[in-house]
Amino acid sequence: MLAIVAVAFLIGPFAALVARAPWSRLGGLLVDGPALDALWLSLRTATAATAVCLVLGVPLARVLARSTTAGQRLLRAVVTMPLVLPPVVGGVALLALLGRRGVLGRLLEAWFGTTIAFTTGAVVIAEAFVALPFLVLSVEGALRSADVRYEAAAEVLGASPWYVLRRVTLPLAAPGIAGGAVLCFARALGEFGATITFAGSFPGVTQTMPLAIYLAMEQQPDAAVALSLLLIGMSLAVLVGLRSRWFSGLAGATR
Amino acid sequence: MRRGVVGLVGVTVLALAACSTVADPDPPTASGSLSGELVVLAAASLQETFTEIGDHMMAADPALDVQFSFAGSSTLAQQLLAGAPADVIATASAATMQSAAAATEKPVEFTSNVVVIAVPKGNPAGVTGLADFADPDLRTAVCAPQVPCGAAAAAVFEAAGVVATPDTYERDVKATLMKVAMGEVDAGIVYRTDVAAAADDVDGVEVPEAEDAATTYLIATARHAPHSPAASAFVEMVLSAEGQAILADAGFGAR
Repeated sequence: MLAIVAVAFLIGPFAALVARAPWSRLGGLLVDGPALDALWLSLRTATAATAVCLVLGVPLARVLARSTTAGQRLLRAVVTMPLVLPPVVGGVALLALLGRRGVLGRLLEAWFGTTIAFTTGAVVIAEAFVALPFLVLSVEGALRSADVRYEAAAEVLGASPWYVLRRVTLPLAAPGIAGGAVLCFARALGEFGATITFAGSFPGVTQTMPLAIYLAMEQQPDAAVALSLLLIGMSLAVLVGLRSRWFSGLAGATR
Repeated sequence: MRRGVVGLVGVTVLALAACSTVADPDPPTASGSLSGELVVLAAASLQETFTEIGDHMMAADPALDVQFSFAGSSTLAQQLLAGAPADVIATASAATMQSAAAATEKPVEFTSNVVVIAVPKGNPAGVTGLADFADPDLRTAVCAPQVPCGAAAAAVFEAAGVVATPDTYERDVKATLMKVAMGEVDAGIVYRTDVAAAADDVDGVEVPEAEDAATTYLIATARHAPHSPAASAFVEMVLSAEGQAILADAGFGAR
């Protein structure tokens, strides 16, 4: 019964959005504005952010899963910080570090003459910052539930640590990694607060779909609804598509 | 939750007000006669002045609690149309007030504002005028064209014959100001009053073309104001000599 309420709670707002969509003018609204630029930018940056999260997040998840020290608990709290922090605050924090007058940003400008804020790279950093916890926690859970005796057995049989990681640990955690990556991608796709604060908003460079939707809402609510539908449709397609492909592929690989 | 509480308070106040109008025929603006919670939606640029005006009213009527919600004018207009339990709305442009016309009584002009160029304290990039916004080597920010400060910026650029190449289109004037105050951009277009309010962090560069593109601020009581005697009193306070002096001190123009 409560499950039905939960489903209604999740689907209701989307159904209402679909109901008030200006269907007859949908095509025009989408082709007209900055929609396609914004969508393309969103897909590219969310993909890049997911890649960054995979490279950085999987090793971190392994450290979290395999250690039992007091420091590990503190580390996990640090990892979850972007989850509880309002994203706008995350954006300000990124500016404080990487902005032109930031601790690191100042050095970057002095040494290399480059700045990060207001570039597409800044969008990727902002998205990766807020999405990383989703990947790390998901992979950590998978690694924890995997049986360590497989790794021990491989070591006893003379496998190098690298070989164990590649052929035993990672395949065991693969479903968790895939699930985490999908969540991470979805979070990056919808990122708003940190992006608009740290990366700004310029069509084609830093104005992702959520930013374009927010600005459209100011004047043309119809266009905002149309953009929202496009983003929802795209997210659903990606999530459903990736899930089935990755999971079926993985099921085959681990067998 | 918050909105629910405000709504509930509003309903209670409305019921009380309905009773008291019969029992108490005193004019609503008489000092000491106002009570309850008054909710005012106001443009982001009015934050300092309206807070001060609210403080004056609460000092005169201790039983009155004036609550503000500051945001971009277009957002406020949308919120009022969507049924936000507010008593008064003040916007930074006639167009945004017009868009909320269905939910307000007749609006009145109460002040005006002009845009200036805000630069980080000391003007490190040596910005002298609007032409600098066409310099690709400078980092600049303006408000998105969908919000009043962006429309005003577009008007002065057109008057000056400058094709601006900003690095970011910010969501409201305070966001633009923040980018300047943090030194992330070399210059941004904000209102004169914003520079006055952030005088510790930014300097202003006057724009001759701005006088012709002054923005008008309008205020109106909400058509279904839950607490209408206090709402009218607030509007009268803003229009009074005292209210106008507070606005003038902050750099706002005459109405």
